[in-house]
Amino acid sequence: MSASLTPADARFLAMPAATLRDAIAANEAPPTAGVAASLRRAAEVGAGRDGLNSILWSDADAARGEAEALADRLAPAVGERAGRGTGRELLGVPVAIKDNIATLRLPTTCGSRILEGYVSPYEATVVARLRAAGAVVVAKTNMDEFAMGSSTENSAYGPALNPVDRTRVPGGSSGGSAAAVAAGIVRIALGSETGGSVRQPAAFCGIVGVKPTYGRVSRYGLVAFASSLDQVGVFGKTVDDAALAMEIIAGSDTLDATSADLDVPPYRDAALADVPVRPLRAAAGALAPVAAGEAPLAGMVVGRPKEYFPESLDPRVREKCDRALERLRALGAEVRDVSLPHTDLAIPVYYILAPAEASSNLARFDGVRYGLRLGGDGLKAMYEATRSRGFGPEVTRRILLGTYVLSAGYYDAYYRKAQQVRTLVTQDFQDVFASGVHVLFTPTTPTTAFPLGAKSDPYEMYLSDIFTATANLGGVPALSLPIGAVDGLPVGGQIIAPHFAEFDMFKAAFALERALGGEARA
Amino acid sequence: MAVTEQDLRHIAALARLGLPAERVGPLVRELNGILEHMAVLQKVDTATVDPAVSVGAVAMPLRSDEGPQIPLARARAAFAPAMTDGFFLVPRLATHAALGTSPDDSSVDDELDADLVEAE
Repeated sequence: MSASLTPADARFLAMPAATLRDAIAANEAPPTAGVAASLRRAAEVGAGRDGLNSILWSDADAARGEAEALADRLAPAVGERAGRGTGRELLGVPVAIKDNIATLRLPTTCGSRILEGYVSPYEATVVARLRAAGAVVVAKTNMDEFAMGSSTENSAYGPALNPVDRTRVPGGSSGGSAAAVAAGIVRIALGSETGGSVRQPAAFCGIVGVKPTYGRVSRYGLVAFASSLDQVGVFGKTVDDAALAMEIIAGSDTLDATSADLDVPPYRDAALADVPVRPLRAAAGALAPVAAGEAPLAGMVVGRPKEYFPESLDPRVREKCDRALERLRALGAEVRDVSLPHTDLAIPVYYILAPAEASSNLARFDGVRYGLRLGGDGLKAMYEATRSRGFGPEVTRRILLGTYVLSAGYYDAYYRKAQQVRTLVTQDFQDVFASGVHVLFTPTTPTTAFPLGAKSDPYEMYLSDIFTATANLGGVPALSLPIGAVDGLPVGGQIIAPHFAEFDMFKAAFALERALGGEARA
Repeated sequence: MAVTEQDLRHIAALARLGLPAERVGPLVRELNGILEHMAVLQKVDTATVDPAVSVGAVAMPLRSDEGPQIPLARARAAFAPAMTDGFFLVPRLATHAALGTSPDDSSVDDELDADLVEAE
């Protein structure tokens, strides 16, 4: 297939996901239009190993075949809606999936040598739901090995590059998915979050990234890293793309005992100006719903936690945040200074708990049931040879760290202590939201995307997650959206909401995205 | 509570990770470099704080232990490194190489005394 884009390709790639699916459902575009354009765009930007390295595995012929097979889902009557509950919500929309989410046919390697060539015999619930809505998986995307990293430099298949500036990292661990969206290959991609692995790369690449509430989205088929923190998240070119994808993948699943049996609100409706800000259950005094025609965020209280704006914050990042807060005020929100006093403990807590859980979860990669097996003299030698050569340096480091903090004599000092401090971090969120705050606004990251190879000290890399790991520890939903640029590099703003209050989070994000307009890139 | 080389070899054995000798020194320094940042937690008064045991209020609902088997698109033999007769095939334990002799390795392997592991 030619690598050059046609004018029609450019038109389809520029369409929001909902617009593309409407065009296909209404027979105004063939079911293959979006997928063909996506594949040609991937070739044009060099998404593979020799270029951006955002895509690890793909099968263009299979993707085109899947798109052609969607013809029987076309609306029987022109103009019939393709919206929620129709099975055509993402009709013909190309999507990319992080390589730690199980897919049939394409490999699932978690960016690791130990799973090289592994193809899952079942599919993740989130992928099955996307396919059921008519989406077509065009690629599995690069990632830090087993999602351990903040730059996608820890992939066994080489680092992914940031499409905004190819000398810089796209963030991580879901850097390949973020880069695929930022490069215009897809409008929607799935990632996974344990400490910020969707929001941080979204911020670095200038797109939208969403981590839902713990329990909002099924993890069946997500390869486990740290089970008390892991969530599947979504990337979108815009808030609407991300909200559409989240509507599809959210909701209870009997195959995941941690998934919550709660209704999923129509998140895209949060864009409508006349949808009221929800009165807070825990707030002192109910807030009056906003009337149609009023400022869209009237009645919403946005907290500005001082711990996320330290003296050391890059003043240029602070300036973009101040501008975004000013826009939120202009939209009718009340911006209130608040405090989350245990924020600075989040990274030490996270880097005890996550490796501890990883050391247990990754015990299954032993050369017995799947993946790599290397020979040795007997069973123990096989385990050690397989694991020491199958895992890369960061995964090895974290397994050792996790084993250490769980081992006899150190458990109370490290693991139990970290679990106690996690309670305090979680309590911070509960207290601030109970005080009458609907959402929090913070920078997503302290800096813009850093150059490849810039962070060789492990702990310095861990600090990339300083503003994002808190939401994982507390289990609350959070979203990053572009709020400006510094020296041409994107700056992300983060909106954090109470448990299962994604609707309010999307409402603030839709309004802010619209108010910033072109400023989001400047 | 600095990690020593002996500690590192012990936890590597627990984690079934073979470490080349040249990696031991650097890894000890890396782990100690990371752990020194964790010392801040010891200053936090948690005397009356319970450890976190769950995330949120809704997760982990109980359900009946029934339901259809999850169909697999491919047989286990298609992705397991080695299978025979429905069992995962693994190398014989070194301690069993010569039956009747005394094991020369009393490590924690010994609970696994079969060379066939039943598939779930």
